[in-house]
Amino acid sequence: MDFAFSEEQEMLRSAARDWLADRYPIDRVVALADGDGWDPGVWQELTELGWLDPDLGLLEHAVLAEESGYALLPAPWFSSVALAGAAVGAPPSKPATLAWADDAARTLRDAETTVACRADDDVDGWRLTGLKRAVPDLAVVATAVVAAREHDRVALFRVDLADHPETVHPLSTQDRTRRLGELRLDGTPAERLDVDAGVALRAVRRTALALLACEATGVAQRALDLAVEYAKTRTQFDRPIGSYQGVSYRLANAYMTLALARSLAYRAAWCVSVDDPAQDEAVASAAVAAARAAVGGCENAIQAMGGIGFTWDHPLHRYYKRAQWIAGFDGSPTRHRAELADLVLG
Amino acid sequence: MDFRDSPEEAAFRTELRSWLAGELPPDWRDRQPHVGRWDFAAARQWTRKLFDAGYAGLTWPREFGGKGLPPTYQAIYLEEMARVDAPDHVGVIGLGMAGPTIIAHGTPEQKAIHLRGILSGETIFCQGFSEPGSGSDLASVRTRAVKEGDEFIVTGQKVWSSYAHVADWCILLTRSEPGSEKHRGLTYLLVDMHSDGVEVRPLRQITGDPEFNEIFFTDVRVPATNVVGEVGGGWRVAMTTLLHERGTLGFALTARLESLLGRLLTTAHKTGAAGDPLVRDRIADLYVDLQGLRYTNYRALTTLVKTGVPGPEGSVAKLHWSETNQRLTKLAIELLGQDGQLDGEGGFWNGYWQYQQLRSRGNTIEAGTSEILRGIIAERVLGLPRSR
Repeated sequence: MDFAFSEEQEMLRSAARDWLADRYPIDRVVALADGDGWDPGVWQELTELGWLDPDLGLLEHAVLAEESGYALLPAPWFSSVALAGAAVGAPPSKPATLAWADDAARTLRDAETTVACRADDDVDGWRLTGLKRAVPDLAVVATAVVAAREHDRVALFRVDLADHPETVHPLSTQDRTRRLGELRLDGTPAERLDVDAGVALRAVRRTALALLACEATGVAQRALDLAVEYAKTRTQFDRPIGSYQGVSYRLANAYMTLALARSLAYRAAWCVSVDDPAQDEAVASAAVAAARAAVGGCENAIQAMGGIGFTWDHPLHRYYKRAQWIAGFDGSPTRHRAELADLVLG
Repeated sequence: MDFRDSPEEAAFRTELRSWLAGELPPDWRDRQPHVGRWDFAAARQWTRKLFDAGYAGLTWPREFGGKGLPPTYQAIYLEEMARVDAPDHVGVIGLGMAGPTIIAHGTPEQKAIHLRGILSGETIFCQGFSEPGSGSDLASVRTRAVKEGDEFIVTGQKVWSSYAHVADWCILLTRSEPGSEKHRGLTYLLVDMHSDGVEVRPLRQITGDPEFNEIFFTDVRVPATNVVGEVGGGWRVAMTTLLHERGTLGFALTARLESLLGRLLTTAHKTGAAGDPLVRDRIADLYVDLQGLRYTNYRALTTLVKTGVPGPEGSVAKLHWSETNQRLTKLAIELLGQDGQLDGEGGFWNGYWQYQQLRSRGNTIEAGTSEILRGIIAERVLGLPRSR
């Protein structure tokens, strides 16, 4: 039994943390969020740094996901690695995402068996028709892996978005650093991928939930750090507010919730990385705890920081919105708990 | 990172599992859970079996009768014990607190006298720390120890002392320097509970059970050779005891919670509530709480094995466990509906849940109140300014 990252993984973490702190201080993230939502130059840098190296395993991704949550990395790294990458079995060379949800499939689980989007085998190749909803990072990626119905089964296709910009419809999204969009396909040419869609989408679900749980850990840690720093320095009634138990107990609770969520997030990543029999339970448990730690942690921080944490100018709400993005991914904590109840109660 | 057992750990697990299967009665799992206090004689017999089979003191050094194994083995032991709901070793205070403190600070004579008996269950220890006027503020203890020749004369009152009514020895925190304050001037003594002048009075709790006791010391003569550590240096020794109380407890608490969750699932099925989506949601939530506790323990254990020092994450175990245990037992009572009032014959499991639920209210008070524990996290882990 060894519940620690390796020395190499910890080195990867500290290198990522240093790079993010240097390259993406929160002011820059905020400026990007209020602009296009990302920095187009970042992809090249991520590639050079090795974030897209096909040799990285899920535990390495877990470390990077946590750090990118801490910094709120404004890049489609998660969509490329955990969604499109997990679907095809390797990270893409250009930014990519996955479009699974539509009128017939609300979740990744649903999409394993049925989707509304249609694939037709035309003389000059495959063409996709239908509306795919809630596609992460759609407006900033080069390609989309799309789940579509080929006759009576689901298959995966790749659409080149640069060639078909008319399909991309960005939607106003609360988390402005990871926006959602609609993919409107209308006889759009696509390349059929040689993968078993059911297997691929299951892998995506596990990978994405595990990595988002790690990302949530980073988000919650940043919110806690911001609140603790504020509570140490902000003075009222001639004392730092962190000396009042009304404030300090709240932050102690946030720490506790985060410690539990972090354990479950790392464990989920490990379980998925070794194809452990308990991996579905592990990702569901991690997702529930992660949502609680990140959303609740940001709420605790907002309260601890008083009016300042409630302003648009303070970056805290950026984390809060990311936390909510994570909590809402592929369903909700309620759905994960329903799944856990099935496992323990039958 | 790897959660799988090493070959040695797996062999240990298998061996323990088959030992438990052979030693526990075949219908053990199907028996009604036991209400209230344990049968002390039976618990002692069981402890002797554990000792003879080499399962007591797995992490203790070999020279003191232990196995000298890494804490991972203790975790496996507790997991396997919980899996079959096996009874605990009877010497909770001795094994978890007095023993480790004597190993860390005791004299060779103290080690020779006490350690083997703690492991075998022959010697039962109790803890004399809290006083009527010293609860969370432990450094304010007033029980006096006055040096007279080669003895200390001890006078005072201790409270909330579990096992005192059956204990042979007490780890006692006293004030040995008159007029000293707070952490200074304290002395840590090993007191023979059979000495003249020791009186134990049971304290009845809201469960109706006298699990804890008051201990009155009236001019009790304690040989100076029973001082643990330095005279006047008792605070440091007491902190070792509390570190062990809070540090090694996580796995035992997880084991207990796991066994209780198993019983909650049975109760949900038996009461017909297992299909209720609202109940299912709350049970799933408790399950996540249990898993969070379990894997946080593993994380703390890895830090302990690698660095020799428990990590900060371990500080949440008791706090989280106690609050989860309260939620769990309250849900169980809720599942019983009006029958939740029946706490004896005719009631569900003869009042098992009523006992557990009421007992759980003590969990956020004993061994460091939740308020004290939150204060520790705030000040020592988060580095927030002191509140007082």
